[in-house]
Amino acid sequence: MKEPAQASDAAEDEPRPGHARKPVGWSMIMIGVLVGLSAVLVWRRDGLQGVLDILTRDLALFGGILPRVLAGCLLGAFIAEILPHDKVSRSLGPSSGLKGLLIGAAFGAILPGGPFTAYPVASALLAVGADFGATIAMVVSWTLIGYGRAVAWELPIMGTDFTLWRIVISLPLPVLAGALGRFVYVRMYPLKREAESE
Amino acid sequence: MSAALLIDIILWGSVAGVGFIAWQRGPSVLTASLREGTVDFIHIVPRIALGVIGSGYIAAVIPQEVITGWLGPNSGWLGVATAVVAGAATPGGPVVGFSIGAVALKAGGGPPQVLAYVIAWALFAFQRLLLWEIPFMPARFVWFRAAVSIPFPFLAAAIAMAIGKP
Repeated sequence: MKEPAQASDAAEDEPRPGHARKPVGWSMIMIGVLVGLSAVLVWRRDGLQGVLDILTRDLALFGGILPRVLAGCLLGAFIAEILPHDKVSRSLGPSSGLKGLLIGAAFGAILPGGPFTAYPVASALLAVGADFGATIAMVVSWTLIGYGRAVAWELPIMGTDFTLWRIVISLPLPVLAGALGRFVYVRMYPLKREAESE
Repeated sequence: MSAALLIDIILWGSVAGVGFIAWQRGPSVLTASLREGTVDFIHIVPRIALGVIGSGYIAAVIPQEVITGWLGPNSGWLGVATAVVAGAATPGGPVVGFSIGAVALKAGGGPPQVLAYVIAWALFAFQRLLLWEIPFMPARFVWFRAAVSIPFPFLAAAIAMAIGKP
């Protein structure tokens, strides 16, 4: 028990040492306050029954997605472990060109699952050498072209015509977003490095 | 219903597939990634709980008419811009986002504006950024990604206006 502070800090605050992630207390607090205020408003408008209705419905939803969250976390961890870092940084790294953006976009489009898969996997890609551009292409492609959300939610609610045209119009966007990201990134960060070295 | 089942099968099938590859690399690789994935899961669950259980309350107090009223067919580029802001500000999950889009279409909203709304919601709904993206990914990447995405709902609306679809 020589370094109690360090040990407990690592266990409590940082999800994983060395993992590119920060504690996100402020965003949790912000959402928590928003949720609390909204719950009070619902209570004043609809009474206790209104509050309980929403709680039971959302608890069921939460229970339903928990296994998928676990699957997403496992998928991200496995991918981070088995992907060869040198290969990833060659095909998705800063100098991977248009091909890297296309690979990222294709990967995002075929990735199964919801946010519980896309973000852990994207985080794993970043950790093993993909650059911001290719990762942006992947995340944007997952959110705009990925079939998971479109099939499960958009088709039934928005209708086939709207959904298909929405996807067709979205097709070029992931690669464009990745290219813009790369374009901005190399201009933001070399400047910073120059400023630091001077 | 069956689509959700299919997605679950693909999802767990993928987990089993990459798990098998990890196991082939050696049992220690498998156990190390299982442990990391489980630790991630434990850290993420409270955030997901707050988001999923809380979003019902946030969605319940935001009147849908306020958002749909912004998306009229003659609202032009101002309508597209408000659609983008509305998409970013829409709380809740896909049911809320798409329902508002569907209501806006039925209430006579312009298709390019609704398209911009749906795409903006998909790209940077604040609640998804805070509850899903930031817990899993470096915050610097998330804000960078969101900022870089800002032009694209406008681009999509421009394409929709040009081709007259959807």
